[in-house]
Amino acid sequence: MKTFRPKVPGFLVGIKIVIINMLKTLSPFHSKPNVNYPFEKEKVAPRARGVIALDQEACTSCMLCARQCPDWCIYIEGHKELQPPSKPGGRQRSRAVLDRFDIDYALCMYCGICVEVCPFDALFWSPEYEYSEFNMGDMLHDKERLDDWLQTVPDPEGLES
Amino acid sequence: MLRECQKNQEAINLQMVNTLDPQNMNNFSEASVSIEIETEDMTLNIGPQHPSTHGVLRLVAKVDGEKVHDVKPVLGYMHRGYEKLAEVRSYPQITTLVNRIDWVAGFSNEIPFIAGAERLMEIEVPERAKHIRLILNEMARISSHFVFNGAYALEVGALTPIFYAMEDRERVLDLIESVTGGRFHPNFNRIGGVKPAAGAGPTSKKNIQDLPAGFYRDTKVAMEKVIKAADQFQNLIGGNEVFKKRTKNVGILTPEIAEAYGVSGPILRASGVKSDLRTHTDYLPYDQFDFEIPVGENGDCYDRWDVRVKEMVESAKIVLQAIDSMPSGPLQAKVPKVIKVPKGRTYVRAENPKGEMGYYIISDGGLGPYRLKVRTASFSNISILPIMLEGALLPDLIAIMGSLDFVLGDVDR
Amino acid sequence: MTDVLIKVGFLALAALNGAIIFTIMDVKGASWMQRRPGPLHVGLRGFIFPVAEILKFVQKEDIIPTEVDRPVFKWAPAYVMVSCVALFAVVPMSPTLVVADIELGVFFALAISSLGTIGVLTAGWSSANKYSLMGGLRAAGQLIAYELPLILAVVGVVIQAETMSLVGIVEKQIEWGVPFVFGGQLIGFLIFMVAATAEMMRVPFDMPIGESELTMGFMTEYSGIRFLIFYISEYMNMFILCAIASTLFLGGYHVPLLPTEWVNFYGPVVLLTKTAILGFILVAIRWSQPRFREDQLQNLAWKILIPASLVNILVTAIMKVGF
Repeated sequence: MKTFRPKVPGFLVGIKIVIINMLKTLSPFHSKPNVNYPFEKEKVAPRARGVIALDQEACTSCMLCARQCPDWCIYIEGHKELQPPSKPGGRQRSRAVLDRFDIDYALCMYCGICVEVCPFDALFWSPEYEYSEFNMGDMLHDKERLDDWLQTVPDPEGLES
Repeated sequence: MLRECQKNQEAINLQMVNTLDPQNMNNFSEASVSIEIETEDMTLNIGPQHPSTHGVLRLVAKVDGEKVHDVKPVLGYMHRGYEKLAEVRSYPQITTLVNRIDWVAGFSNEIPFIAGAERLMEIEVPERAKHIRLILNEMARISSHFVFNGAYALEVGALTPIFYAMEDRERVLDLIESVTGGRFHPNFNRIGGVKPAAGAGPTSKKNIQDLPAGFYRDTKVAMEKVIKAADQFQNLIGGNEVFKKRTKNVGILTPEIAEAYGVSGPILRASGVKSDLRTHTDYLPYDQFDFEIPVGENGDCYDRWDVRVKEMVESAKIVLQAIDSMPSGPLQAKVPKVIKVPKGRTYVRAENPKGEMGYYIISDGGLGPYRLKVRTASFSNISILPIMLEGALLPDLIAIMGSLDFVLGDVDR
Repeated sequence: MTDVLIKVGFLALAALNGAIIFTIMDVKGASWMQRRPGPLHVGLRGFIFPVAEILKFVQKEDIIPTEVDRPVFKWAPAYVMVSCVALFAVVPMSPTLVVADIELGVFFALAISSLGTIGVLTAGWSSANKYSLMGGLRAAGQLIAYELPLILAVVGVVIQAETMSLVGIVEKQIEWGVPFVFGGQLIGFLIFMVAATAEMMRVPFDMPIGESELTMGFMTEYSGIRFLIFYISEYMNMFILCAIASTLFLGGYHVPLLPTEWVNFYGPVVLLTKTAILGFILVAIRWSQPRFREDQLQNLAWKILIPASLVNILVTAIMKVGF
């Protein structure tokens, strides 16, 4: 394996590369790789795992997500309510109602197993990432907050042919 | 240090007085005065917090001036107990944990684990899934080698290449994110293939996690820039005389010692041994692509740098070939809803960017493994540190440690 | 008495401004070379960030570890600062705009600049920290080794100019028509620049600071204003050594085509431009080269630079006497 032998002394080539990069940064014709964060935000991929959103209507508190979570960060409490029968004279059906569905984002690993195993499509990924708090206890998002994230879930994008 | 000199001077004086004593005159021939100043070694703790130890590695070294003698690494500052955590979790849950072992190249840690489970279940993975796994594996390798290139130049003293490396690496990480959803921890492998859908039910919001639109075009752009970036690294650092003086003939590792200590990966290849596990893996289709395996001559730090830069270029070429020849098909084989791996034991090896990574899975038919043992590359690679650092100068210690390219998550698990 | 006060005030102002200009050039230049914008939010596009830095350091807590040697620790930054600021007194900005044009200007400058070695060594040794000790010892070896090529390169200029006063040297270059760098002292100029880079402890010679090994070397245990003094005096040193180099070798305040009656106005500007060009070259070298190892550094000084500078003196003397 031949070692790299430049014709010009190596340190002059280094200086030239550094000065060329400086001129590229200063020229208005080259695109900048920097994003001035609080004032500009970069475009995140639609599949990026930012936060989990919950659709309360679809959830039946089957507890599959809470069981499969590697960190056990989902807390679910629910009760059953009796509903009137669909046909007169039939038996009463019961429906599960969610009391509490909390996801603790201080523990969450953003792995996506809960979203994947939900059989009723109640959980969705959303690429929002700006929800830091000063207080660790505020990282526990309850039902209403998870519902708010539902608006930020992107539509499915096209796939490669 | 001044006090020691004074003590030694007194000792010399005392010795001289003793020899001139008339009662000791018959011992005159055995008297000797040592002219050299005896110094004690200073015990220097290159502690867990140090800019250049790639994490929380602690080396207890005896330093005489600038020469280092007796280096003892103290490990375990980052032990997270992976093997114990794996005892109570199921296979998909362990996949999410395991890509945090070598956190720079996250995807490369998941593949051998899943391949081991698939080998026990005797499942045939579809071709498209294998190709996607290969592409992401090579991208993880490119990402890891970018980190090495930038960080090694930083330790040797050049302060700009790390920024160029991180800029080009961002493109690769964005590609991985657009496919899997995560940059460092993709969590994209499932037993039987690659994650097919974000959810189990067919609705409009969840979609098949196949390659997104625009992936081929972005990947071609990114890989061409990787090849140009490698060229820029060779111009900026590899040909630099100061860098060559710092790294040539420094930390020479002979192939015999390397093989005796279980060193693997680019370090072994830089010492002249042409061994690459990618040619022996059967669960990834490396035999369909042609790529070279760069091998070094001397086994010094410069060769270790050179091998990794060339490997980056080879990985980019593999990805370009793989995109052109991507087969179509399902993303995951037919597996039951609740996966129970049958009884058995298997050991799967893979070529991590840092070396050889292996998983030994003992399964007793449950949802998760009975015992998982992780053999990581960096743990064996840093076992040669006490030998290589013997008699090295302190700046050479930094250069040698940097060229071994270990990550503490890999060492301590 | 008032003119002494004016001169002292001028010294302080010139030193601070020089340091600020070079801080901006170094940090902003570094950011642009690394393809990022640099400090942006402080002032007009970030260009007044040194002022913010100075204010930040001034209001920080001054932490003194318990095991240090207190008087030595406290006074070490002063040695370094004095050795830098005193150099501003001899560099001329025009034939009359100079704080003190002494006959032995060059001698004074080199003598005072070697005082900084004591500051660095005592700073490293008195901090009760093994890493600082190593940084201080490396610095002592490096600074002493590189003073010799610095002095010997200047001796060549002194032989050619027949005077040690800096104004006299510039006048001699005006008389010759070409600055000394083209008039036979090219090798001397290169040796001076390399030795000056080592005296300032900048990359590629920053083993005593050695950021990736010793986390700031001899300056590790300093905080607050004492660290600010070290930090600023590094940039002051850079400014004044570049100014001395442009005075000795590049012609100082003189530019061939401009009328000499206005020299009091354009002299400072010309000197500043030449200093800035040299400073930019140093900045480009800093951000692109790795650092030397300590023994390679000493090798370069003793085995390569000193013989070269002695040969330079010999050739200059022969040319002067013979022609």
